[in-house]
Amino acid sequence: MRILVCVKRVPLTGGKMVLTADEQALETRHLGFTISPHEECGVEEAVRLVEHHGGEITVLTLGPPEAEEQIRETLAIGADRGILLADGGEEWDPQATAAAIVTTIETEQAAGGEFDLIVFGNESADSGNYQVGIRVAHALSRPVVTGLKGLSVEDGRARCEQEVAGGRDVYVVPLPAVVTVLEGINLPRYPSVPAKLRARQKPVERISPERPSARLEKLRLVVPPGQGKQAEILGQGPDAAPAVVEVMRELGVA
Amino acid sequence: MGDSGLPATARAVLIGAGIVGNSLVQPLARLGWSDLVLIDKGPLPNPGGSTGHASNFIYPVDHSREMTELTLDSMAQYEQLGVRTECGGLEVARTEERMEELRRRMSSAASWGVEPVSLVTPAEVKELVPYIDESVIVGGFYCPTVSVVDSLRAGTLMREAAQESGALTVSANTEVLGIDVEHGRVTRVRTTRGDIEAEVVVICCGVWSPRLARMAGASIPLTPAVHQMIDIGPVPRFAGAKSAIEHPIVRDMDTNMYERQDGSGLEVGSYAHRPILHDPEDIPSIEESALSPTELPFTEDDFVQQMEHALELMPEIVGDESVGIKYAINGLLSLTPDGLPVLGETPEVKGLWSAAAVWVKEGPGVGRALAEWMVEGEPEIDLQASDVARFHEHQKSVAHVRARASEMFNKTYGIVHPGEQWASSRDVRLSPFNERERELGAVFYEAAGWERPHWYESNRPLLEEFEVTERETEWDSRWWSPIINAEHLAMRDRAAIFDLTAFCVFDVVGPGALESVQRVSMRQMDAKVGKVVYTPVLTARGGFRSDLTIMRLGDERFRVVTGGAHGMADLKWFADHLVEDGTAQIFDLTSTWCTLGLWGPRARDILASTTSDDLSHEGFPFATCRTIEMGPLRVLASRISYVGDLGWELYVPIEQGARLWDMVWEAGEPHGIVPAGIGVYGTTGRLEKCYRAFGFELDGEYDVVEAGMAWGKVKDQDFVGKEAHVRHREADPATVMCTLTVDDHVSSSGQRRYMLGGEPIQTRDGAPLTDAKGRRSFVTSAGAGPSVGKHLLMSYLPPEYANVGEELAVLYMNELFPVTVAVAGSTPLFDPDNQRVKATGAVAA
Amino acid sequence: MTVLVLVEHDGGAVDELSLQALTFARSLGEPEVMLVGGADAVERLDVATAHVAEDERLALYAPGAWASALGEVIDRVAPAAVVAAGTNRGNEVLAHLAARRDLPLAANCTAVVAENSAGGAGAEGGGLLTVTRVRWGGSLLEEARVHSQLPLLSVAPHALPAAVGEGAPAVERFAPAVDDADLLVRVAEHVDEVTAGISLAEAKVVVSGGRGVGSADGFGILEELAALLDAAVGCSRVVTSAGWRPHTDQVGQTGTKVSPDLYIACGISGATQHIAGCKGAKKILAINSDAEAPILANADYAVIGDLTAIVPAITAELRKARSP
Repeated sequence: MRILVCVKRVPLTGGKMVLTADEQALETRHLGFTISPHEECGVEEAVRLVEHHGGEITVLTLGPPEAEEQIRETLAIGADRGILLADGGEEWDPQATAAAIVTTIETEQAAGGEFDLIVFGNESADSGNYQVGIRVAHALSRPVVTGLKGLSVEDGRARCEQEVAGGRDVYVVPLPAVVTVLEGINLPRYPSVPAKLRARQKPVERISPERPSARLEKLRLVVPPGQGKQAEILGQGPDAAPAVVEVMRELGVA
Repeated sequence: MGDSGLPATARAVLIGAGIVGNSLVQPLARLGWSDLVLIDKGPLPNPGGSTGHASNFIYPVDHSREMTELTLDSMAQYEQLGVRTECGGLEVARTEERMEELRRRMSSAASWGVEPVSLVTPAEVKELVPYIDESVIVGGFYCPTVSVVDSLRAGTLMREAAQESGALTVSANTEVLGIDVEHGRVTRVRTTRGDIEAEVVVICCGVWSPRLARMAGASIPLTPAVHQMIDIGPVPRFAGAKSAIEHPIVRDMDTNMYERQDGSGLEVGSYAHRPILHDPEDIPSIEESALSPTELPFTEDDFVQQMEHALELMPEIVGDESVGIKYAINGLLSLTPDGLPVLGETPEVKGLWSAAAVWVKEGPGVGRALAEWMVEGEPEIDLQASDVARFHEHQKSVAHVRARASEMFNKTYGIVHPGEQWASSRDVRLSPFNERERELGAVFYEAAGWERPHWYESNRPLLEEFEVTERETEWDSRWWSPIINAEHLAMRDRAAIFDLTAFCVFDVVGPGALESVQRVSMRQMDAKVGKVVYTPVLTARGGFRSDLTIMRLGDERFRVVTGGAHGMADLKWFADHLVEDGTAQIFDLTSTWCTLGLWGPRARDILASTTSDDLSHEGFPFATCRTIEMGPLRVLASRISYVGDLGWELYVPIEQGARLWDMVWEAGEPHGIVPAGIGVYGTTGRLEKCYRAFGFELDGEYDVVEAGMAWGKVKDQDFVGKEAHVRHREADPATVMCTLTVDDHVSSSGQRRYMLGGEPIQTRDGAPLTDAKGRRSFVTSAGAGPSVGKHLLMSYLPPEYANVGEELAVLYMNELFPVTVAVAGSTPLFDPDNQRVKATGAVAA
Repeated sequence: MTVLVLVEHDGGAVDELSLQALTFARSLGEPEVMLVGGADAVERLDVATAHVAEDERLALYAPGAWASALGEVIDRVAPAAVVAAGTNRGNEVLAHLAARRDLPLAANCTAVVAENSAGGAGAEGGGLLTVTRVRWGGSLLEEARVHSQLPLLSVAPHALPAAVGEGAPAVERFAPAVDDADLLVRVAEHVDEVTAGISLAEAKVVVSGGRGVGSADGFGILEELAALLDAAVGCSRVVTSAGWRPHTDQVGQTGTKVSPDLYIACGISGATQHIAGCKGAKKILAINSDAEAPILANADYAVIGDLTAIVPAITAELRKARSP
């Protein structure tokens, strides 16, 4: 199988969101970065498919030059090569993002053959636009199934499972296809030291696409006002148990 | 405790509830202080500082006695708290050079009494740590008492004990907004939960300490720096682990790394990467941090080589594809410009104390010692090397701290030669002789920022003239030159000039000056104007606070001259003991005066040719000073000697220094004068004369009687340490300062070896010598005695061994070399009657 | 000015989140709604017109077909904007529409204003909409301008009250033109899963644990308390990443979003990722050793101290209170 996984570099946030002075981004001076959680599971899922069916995994990201770090993370858990669409440090809107990905996929497919499966996260942790995978699928005229919590491939078809109220909805689509996955579809592995070292030798190609003007134009970010709650301290230690039960009674849940 | 449960006043406020703050509260309470308040801006038990992510292991053996003593005390305290697990620890060598360093470790272990320790073969290492690949190592150093402690639990227990005793209020989540100072004294800590009035405030908040000190206008020179670590697992071999640590810790010294089992995982830490320093003002808040403020995002690029090294050493675990990297951080820790902690009352603000740059391994020991210092004025373990007052102004600069911390970082596991010089932040303080010295090919060593010639390459021809012993091994001759010995012999033969500008010079003046200097000086200061007095300065317990000379320049003016390295602490000590009525003042004149030393049998002739003043023995007796005229220069000349020859210290204002040098040089040329470096002044010259040096023979843990310096009678006037000193005189000393000679230098491999200091003195059978107070005998100073033709060692010996002719041994590089006691006490080995210093004749022979 | 709203229903009742979307749409103009099937469900909708797509093949969800149906209504009605609830389906259908017509889609909006008041919003006035939308699962908001003649907007769940009121909308049934490509992706099968215990999303009480619980075994005391309260057990992302609990138990931005009457957060510091999942709770009780943990700024009640002592004490107290 030839699989492409699209991932996004996002900051690892703490208990508080702090913005840059121009309100255009999170202040990340003190923060580390990671792969957006759904996509991390997407990479793991791809690795498992390839372990089972054989094949090759390409990882694609659109992000700052530093996003190579996240590509290397995926190479360390089993992806084979990376493509970094280096943005100019500005955020791309979902349409522009999808278009850049489509252009890259078309070039890749022209050179190396079709991707049987293109994997996205259902939505990115930071911007949460819920649409890039679907846009890419349309541009490539591929079926797309979103929000997967289960995936298997057999006989050129993908069996896709969504968690819904009361159970699971199952879709079966022919390959090539696009899927978007959710965290929980698997528990991603931690990379081993030898895998980390191997990852440093794997190829990462850099492309610098032009950013078109945004049609969903970010004006500014706002930290929502806190809920203004002042927790009522019911007590210290086990002695507080009666007060807790009293509150449960008042709420009608005891 | 409620929201604003902060008391309005406190005996002391401690800022920071990491290992240091927690270690302080109990000893303070035990020593009688109550109304203590411990605050931290973070939550408890882990407020987010360096303690929270510490590796928590303790290797007791260090080349520094002070650090080893603090570590041993800490281990005992952790043991008492029930949070210590002894797992053993190895230091493995990948190179022969490192093996040599591990042999040197054996000496340090024996000197400080850490036992048992042993050198082990690769096969023995493999037996202790079966998952190691022993083929990449050549051997190891094994210390079975290496331990892992639970520093957070220890902190909680110590804190709670102090709370239960009623002496302590703890307030977490309380951030300091300001520290108020009035008339040079700390008065108040302002916090997010209210103000606390206090006359004593302790800053013990690790990487944040510089920020807090700055609030009060004081300086704690340290920088937060990154130490990288990763945790990998689960390790199949550790699957059944019942506790966090069951296997010995391994320090892979040559790669600056360590590996330790942690439950089912293996922690791999490193000091190998490039130094990554942070600005103390720029540490994230707790809320902004993904993990904690001192657990910063891991920078993998800095850790690549370390992964390869770990893979080489422990392929079974690190190479296992199923063992994943589960946690990786850039942890922040505190680095200081000289690698030592920053302890004591700040020289800038009375009542403001620093307890910073302390690691988990020495935390409780520091807590106890600092509490003693705070309450009783003096700790049992001598902390003078770590005194916050040690820093000269330039050493407090951010540039200096960062430069030295960067240099220090990669020496964490480095092989650091005792003579090793800093490469960074040099050429900061240059004496007026510097240009001349450069022309003469001076090799400069640094002291207190001053560039001082250690020897002069221009003297290389002297090697033809004098018979000098070369040293065979690279280690023994590193940071050393045979030229030093040649300069020494030239001085003894003719005369030499020395650049002594690095001296700290300060004047105590005013009607209260005499009483002020009397208070801190063991010897009588009520001497005639023009008298120079060499005096010990004692601690309250009668140990050495310093030793220095004081010139009485007038009825109400005393000039104190002391070593550069310790000068700032001396300045604070004198300032702290000025008479309370304000009738004495102290002025630091270090940067006003330069000092040129001139000694040797020709010194009088040389100097006499530059002046018409009377320099005869009668006209200018020993231990006096006065101003003489040398051409247009009015020179303060002081006739004393630290090298055992006739001569003077010559003081002029710095801008006249070059002229002074030229005059003495020109006058000396017909007499064969040579320039000589500190190699002579600080080592060979004094060792032959059995002169002691502060920080080597003399420190707070030894007294005047033991040092053999209790000559004369005790003066009537009161002085710090008098009571103890009188008591010491009445009893037999527990140990006696001796000078020993090395009888045979040849090692088992046939090389001549030369000890450098710090080695244990043992019986010829290799048994350690321990005095009645439990102190081991070790070499306090080592060096050549060119005029006596011996390699000399100074050491305190228990009285039963302190006999001239006693045959003992020194353990060097894990081999015993025979030595003999040459002097017990302070009689000089060379020129025992001091004929040369007295030099009563008008002209030397 | 007409705003077209995609309304979801379960056959009998309109989805609560769709009613919230309706409230949102009203702030822009006069809503008309489209449903796929469910003509009987329109009674609660206070709108003039309900377009109901009817086709047996749509009985099972097929996002492409839904998008086609919605597209037909758009072409017929020429709305100034299209709105859906920010549900999986709402976002997905709008995304398909956006992709097909190359239009921007602003997902999970909480507010909208027309920048150019002269001509109202959207197509008619040529003015642009400015939306406030959710990022980071609600921990951050974005103000964004939608450069489009036909803005597509989904509405963040629980950002607005549900539209109430009775209506008698004119029901316009239509058979959408659906081709095979639209049906390629369609629910092929529904597997019922009887979850043991109480579903996290629907539980009235959730007992949740974080890093402070310490281990997988540490959840034993939480399970015991949960059993007494008929509560579900939840956890934070740290816990699932460590493998202590399955991901299905995770409450948070990338896990389940819960809305119980009482959420008991044990040893959970309150990272934004977690708060995003539990802020829908009516009341939050935090049990934490750190009185300043971020969770406390989001909690109604707190007990400070060691959860391993406190949780069993609460269990014991409950038992005591219930025993006769």
